[in-house]
Amino acid sequence: MIPAAFDYVRATSVEDAIRLLEQHGDDAKLLAGGHSLIPMMKLRLAAPAVLIDIAGIPQLDGIRVSGNRVTIGALTKHAALAASDDLRKNAGALYDAANDLGDPQVRNRGTIGGASAHGDPSADYPAVLQALEATFTLTGKSGRRELRAADFFRGMFDTALDPHEVLTQIAFDAAPNSAYVKFHHPASHYAVVGVAAALTLSGGKIGSARVAITGIGDSAFRASGVEAALQGVTASDEAAVRAACAGAARGVTARSDTFASASYRTAMADVFAARAVTRAASSR
Amino acid sequence: MQIDLTVNGKRASLDVEPRLLLAHALRDYLNLTGTHIGCDTSSCGACTVLLDGVSVKSCTVFAVQASGHAVTTIEGIGNADSLHPMQEAFWSAHGLQCGYCTTGMIVSAVDLLQRNPDPSDDEIRAGLEGNLCRCTGYENIVKAVRAAGAAMRSGEARHSVNELMPIHPPREEPPPSGEGIIPQQLQETKA
Repeated sequence: MIPAAFDYVRATSVEDAIRLLEQHGDDAKLLAGGHSLIPMMKLRLAAPAVLIDIAGIPQLDGIRVSGNRVTIGALTKHAALAASDDLRKNAGALYDAANDLGDPQVRNRGTIGGASAHGDPSADYPAVLQALEATFTLTGKSGRRELRAADFFRGMFDTALDPHEVLTQIAFDAAPNSAYVKFHHPASHYAVVGVAAALTLSGGKIGSARVAITGIGDSAFRASGVEAALQGVTASDEAAVRAACAGAARGVTARSDTFASASYRTAMADVFAARAVTRAASSR
Repeated sequence: MQIDLTVNGKRASLDVEPRLLLAHALRDYLNLTGTHIGCDTSSCGACTVLLDGVSVKSCTVFAVQASGHAVTTIEGIGNADSLHPMQEAFWSAHGLQCGYCTTGMIVSAVDLLQRNPDPSDDEIRAGLEGNLCRCTGYENIVKAVRAAGAAMRSGEARHSVNELMPIHPPREEPPPSGEGIIPQQLQETKA
């Protein structure tokens, strides 16, 4: 499959990338690892006139833990996240997602920023980053702005990223009791259902819970009913956790495809929510 | 546009369209046809090469992205005069049938052992998750990777194809007469 023709330029810095975006207008797209964009271009679902390759910008790559805050550069590859001991201890949900995403070759190339900016409704990070209540930093001509994950992911292949902005970093508070569990599609490895859970625990009981689900509807969502029902539940009481996770996708219009029907997806949301909560409560 | 990359240790300068995929650049411009294209949708791994030492699917990388970087294809992993231990292990453990997935499988397995020189069977299966094989059922591929790991850890010397598969020497004795190999029963019938 041959994509439509395009011009290719390399940006050397974030400022350079913003300048190139301004110069080339709305027909330009940023290229990071390319593992969301290139398949779409090969299918001619995307045909940008110009690709601005930002993969070589050094400041955007890396994981930094400072006190309780974890900051991840947008160009950090899945493989780096999957191998990070800092992340395993401080954000198990993101560590789990990076390890279960795609396959080794995809993880060696794809980036957290690229995957997030793509806004795929079956991607893993939208659930994880909503459960972690991450902050997205978007940099444009007039400076930087920060958005909450819930405001960044807007719908199917739709994010709040302006065409002239660069997603530069993603940050969140450490969540040592967090986990991500998914039922992945056997061919694409995308989530049929994926659930991220971040808990606070006190004496074995769940204080607060943040639970986000991907793969079901047009966009990942917080399961607020489940979050409320989990409060005060003994984390090791599997029956109680299961009961609290019942109806996890209530009110969400589930998608249907040849692999999984809407009702199956909805049923699996409950199952995987309970598994994510149990895993989040276990020490890592 | 002009790109400069290092392929199997040699510099290559190519004039390509930006939309040219790395897999096509390797096959059609550099005649390195050991890199196969299977699904062309980043799933099957037949096109796997090493880019700056790590495994990538060359059907999902533009050649222009590889400019300034180093690519290793199966031709750079080993050759008939000096097989890589992984190639030898795939041969000796019957890790292939039709061979289509094999080159990508070997490149991925080489990358896996770089990161984890002594993987468990589960780790081998997880490490090769990005490579699909429709013949073997994977059992012998896992055995091959295990055998290659052992050979590489013990630093065994490389072999050539001729050493491993010598041409049978011509027989000095004439072939046996037909009667000698016809079962007794049939010989009686014939008589």
